[in-house]
Amino acid sequence: MSARGLDGADRAGAATLGDAIAFTVNGRAVSVTAPPLRRLADALRDDLGLTGTKVGCNAGDCGACTVLLDGEQVCSCMVSLAQAAGRSVETVEGLARNGRLNRLQRAFLRHGAAQCGACTPGMLVAATEVLRASPRPSPVQVMDGLGGVLCRCTGYRKIVAAVLDAAGDAPQPLGTPPPGAAVGARLAKLDGVPKLTGAERYGADAVPQDALWLRIVRSPHDSARVVLGDLEAAAAGWPGVARVLTAADVPSNRVGIYPDLRDQPVLTEKIVRHRGDAVVALLGAREAVTTVRDEDLPIRYEPLPAVRGLGEAQATGAPRVHDEMESNRLIEGGVECGDAAAALAGCAVTAEGRFETAFVEHAYIEPEAGWARRVGERVELFVSTQAPVMNQVMTAEVLGLALRQVRIVPSACGGGFGGKLDVSVQPLTALGAWLTGKPVACVYERPESMMASPKRHPSLIEARMGCDGDGALQAVEFDATFDTGAYASWGPTVASRVPIHATGPYAVPAVSARGRAYYTNGPPAGAFRGFGVPQAAIAHEALLDDLAEGLGMDRLELRLKNAIRVGDATATGQVLEASAGLAPCLEALAPRWQRALEDAARSNTQDGPVRRGAGIGCMWYGIGNTALSNPSAMRITLDREGRLTLYNGAVDIGQGSTTILAQICADALGVAADRIAQVLGDTDWTEDAGKTSASRQTFVSGKAAELAGSALRAAILREANAAGDATIELAGGCVVVRDGGRRVEIALGRLKADERGVVLEGAGSFDPPSTALDAKGQGAPYATYAFGAQIAVVDVDTELGTVTPVRIHAAHDVGRAINPTQVEGQIEGGIAQGLGLALMEEYLPGKTENLHDYLIPTIGDVPEIEVIIVEDPEPLGPFGAKGVGEPGLVPTAPAILGAIRHATGVRVTRVPALPHRLRAALRAREAGP
Amino acid sequence: MPDYLRPTALDDALAALSRRRLTVLAGGTDFYPARVGAPLDDDVLDISALPALRAIEERDDHWRIPALATWTDIVRADLPHWFDGLKLAAREIGGRQVQNTGTLCGNLCNASPAADGVPVLLSLDAEVELASLERRETIPLADFLRGNRETALASDQLMLAVRVPKPRAERARGHFLKLGARRHLVISIVMVAAALEADAAGRVARAQVAVGACSPVARRLTALEEALVGRPCDAALGEVVTEPHMAPLAPLDDARGSAAYRLDAARTLATRTLAELGSMM
Repeated sequence: MSARGLDGADRAGAATLGDAIAFTVNGRAVSVTAPPLRRLADALRDDLGLTGTKVGCNAGDCGACTVLLDGEQVCSCMVSLAQAAGRSVETVEGLARNGRLNRLQRAFLRHGAAQCGACTPGMLVAATEVLRASPRPSPVQVMDGLGGVLCRCTGYRKIVAAVLDAAGDAPQPLGTPPPGAAVGARLAKLDGVPKLTGAERYGADAVPQDALWLRIVRSPHDSARVVLGDLEAAAAGWPGVARVLTAADVPSNRVGIYPDLRDQPVLTEKIVRHRGDAVVALLGAREAVTTVRDEDLPIRYEPLPAVRGLGEAQATGAPRVHDEMESNRLIEGGVECGDAAAALAGCAVTAEGRFETAFVEHAYIEPEAGWARRVGERVELFVSTQAPVMNQVMTAEVLGLALRQVRIVPSACGGGFGGKLDVSVQPLTALGAWLTGKPVACVYERPESMMASPKRHPSLIEARMGCDGDGALQAVEFDATFDTGAYASWGPTVASRVPIHATGPYAVPAVSARGRAYYTNGPPAGAFRGFGVPQAAIAHEALLDDLAEGLGMDRLELRLKNAIRVGDATATGQVLEASAGLAPCLEALAPRWQRALEDAARSNTQDGPVRRGAGIGCMWYGIGNTALSNPSAMRITLDREGRLTLYNGAVDIGQGSTTILAQICADALGVAADRIAQVLGDTDWTEDAGKTSASRQTFVSGKAAELAGSALRAAILREANAAGDATIELAGGCVVVRDGGRRVEIALGRLKADERGVVLEGAGSFDPPSTALDAKGQGAPYATYAFGAQIAVVDVDTELGTVTPVRIHAAHDVGRAINPTQVEGQIEGGIAQGLGLALMEEYLPGKTENLHDYLIPTIGDVPEIEVIIVEDPEPLGPFGAKGVGEPGLVPTAPAILGAIRHATGVRVTRVPALPHRLRAALRAREAGP
Repeated sequence: MPDYLRPTALDDALAALSRRRLTVLAGGTDFYPARVGAPLDDDVLDISALPALRAIEERDDHWRIPALATWTDIVRADLPHWFDGLKLAAREIGGRQVQNTGTLCGNLCNASPAADGVPVLLSLDAEVELASLERRETIPLADFLRGNRETALASDQLMLAVRVPKPRAERARGHFLKLGARRHLVISIVMVAAALEADAAGRVARAQVAVGACSPVARRLTALEEALVGRPCDAALGEVVTEPHMAPLAPLDDARGSAAYRLDAARTLATRTLAELGSMM
């Protein structure tokens, strides 16, 4: 019944609050009493508690919320609750029957098709529709059917494979490997099942019913003075708004990554420095804080001149983004070895170039989300994060609390890629809970996530490279400037990491490399998979191609000739002692390279606008923090019932550390991996494993897990007085140790237990050895480096300027693949992001704040990928392993750009190579010099 | 509490519209994305429960695609080759989710310059049926679309259907090409639609070509159409296209492409569309 207009027409079919809307969900009759215009996604999640359906954009752009409505896939964020009346809704929760995964879910688990899991419900539901229509679909049918769901982790290939495999004769699910065989096994994700059933809890999934909601009001200006009016009086006029938080309410109003660079106000202090800067926060009932329109708030903006881009930031007389700074320059770093200028002058062949990249958005499918509650004199946060301990430190600092008064419990993380290292909802939800005593939740909408979260740094790189007549590299000069936006975030990390990597993975005797970061009124730029190294690789790999052309040498051959090897020194003077596997990567690629060149030549014998090309890119990447301590500590306990618990503070953001650390720890201990339960990343229970970034968790936390497992093993063997090669078997409340012919049974109940029943434990910690860099950037900044090389084959439509990747071959030296499926998953996912960087991704504030104007690759954009795993063991790492989280992304853009050049002769120096830019370059080339 | 009307009789819907301002909701694929993070406080007329507005029908001299027909309905409908371009457009809009709920008529009422349904329907000389409580009218689509998100739809009117006149010739076929910067879920940079009718001698009797996303409303290229008439239907039709034929277009620079690029790409796509269509005739 309509609240107004009670006439005949309006009565017909009118539905308002108070009318229950009935439909079925997964075959069960339900009835929801809620506004009829409510999004079906919200009704499922909030009214029915079915939080398996994820909301990624509320705009039909990402497909995470896909459900079947009368058997057809729809975005439940674009269907009104009223339109579900009388119909059948199927969600991810309906797939498993009696707790048993269905064939499709089992295939996803087997193939590693779910990483972070945020797109997984949408993918599974979309695939269900495809499989019902075509039980044995073709790859094209799968891609067309799943084309409406975005994934940012997997690169889609394993998803396609899983759907195809679900349709066919699926082999049995993987069993757990026997003790001692976990490392190297394709173990299914230990946390995989809840990601496939919808049971997993992400930041927005477990908000208490009685929570207040917090909405941050954000600046619509790049740069402005802010005058706040009487917010209290205004709030009194909005029913349901409990209070409005301003900077005055925040005990310590600054956040930032570096203790000496807390330059970002939690809420504005009179000046806003980028579109999306936080101004005030509304706290109250969920509907109420959404209903208040920003323009109705007593907030006046007086626009100030804005600094846009690196040119303006460096211009004389440029406005200063931060008044207290002398200029807009945030930081400068560099590496000097030998006399690069003199060496370049003596080179037989030189190359130089100027390369430009844009802001790039992480576009994880799960926007920032979490909630906080006050428990006595403590505050607890359940939040999507990559860095629980850094969150704890920052939240305590903002609230003026002791560290122990803040507890961070990471939710499942629906993708991070560096973007969830900085705090987002943490300080203000904690403050709100602290002040009101009620739970306080905050979930970013997609545009807010895009406006407020850090980006990949735009870069301008000018570089020169030279070699002798035989192609041996002699010198590199490299000058990189980065736009760090309004706040420092991880800018200093990027500016220091890049010069170290400026040479690429090659031995170069003379190097002069500088990196600088400047403030602008752009979005804050921070950490994003690779910390600036992907931008640098675009430059050094283009110059390698130039040199190959100048020398008349094959591009792969030139790279192989110069590949840095064990015994060579890097530009920082660090002599590599082990595990420098670029050469074997290139050797593995060599036959594929020949075939790719032949394929291109053959394809191009036909006339037509489409030209095929092959390109190659190489990378290296220092694992862990740059020239800084970055320890991790792990602990595993055995209780009197024989239960093993790994206290694992490393956050699994989809990359797989929960599984990988268990595999490592299990083999170190000598038990099967599925015997180990875990407590994950709860700051009350786990030690600091460091943040999930810099490709460090397998290497650093993995080593700590290995040491913890070994320590517990040693403790058990001591109890049994057994030798090191004895076997351990857990049998209920006792441990059976077999040492040669001897069998010892340790009755755990007889051992002394602590208050939690723990009888034995092993602890391990690891801080990879590195040294600080001196004034010339000399030292050993990383304990180990990852290496890789990729070949891209692309088709370029020269009339339209469009690029279609055809195939990618990726060879990566990971030291040791603890779990090959997950290694492939990281590489394939990195490749998809590298493809986006090369061809389509460019964040423009105010213009691309959603996932239809900001384009990331879809399932149809990622070509066939062949991953070749190279294992040159790293003695420091667990079972020889290094990291692979970031490396997959780094060489992709260079390989694609090299392929475009091979196909067309156009040397792309600005990414993304959007169709209109590439077409303009092609036309300029046709027109001649 | 805003009103939410979901009538089950057309007259009730029109009566409601005649009395007050209501936002019409059908597939929801434009409505909800326009309200991300904003309160859902529109007074809504949900037309999705109206009867007899779903099935695509063949009538004496035209085909009728009613207001609630979705893109998927179009893909699945048994339609002659005249609709091949429309089917291609339907397959490329959004993802399956949008195709399953989004409606062709909603696409027209939303009137985006990049609306995927518009160039094809212009190339088919489509008309739209509008209804208010007082009267019904059928007007050419070209008159209905007035500008960027501007239409001739009065606040008391509903669009009931799109009518596509039947071609006069027996050999008649449509085609459509869309250019975007990725494979799925992509807003068009440029679209070209063409429809040709051939005479008994295999020559072009009638040609309609329209370009989308290159002007506030998609435009027909009438000079090109005239140049095509009388030529043999084969791949050489593509060669007829020249730069001056693009004169009606007035593209803008935006994040998806520069104006110059759009013109250039429109010409290329027009060439390809006609070459492909010519060889399929």
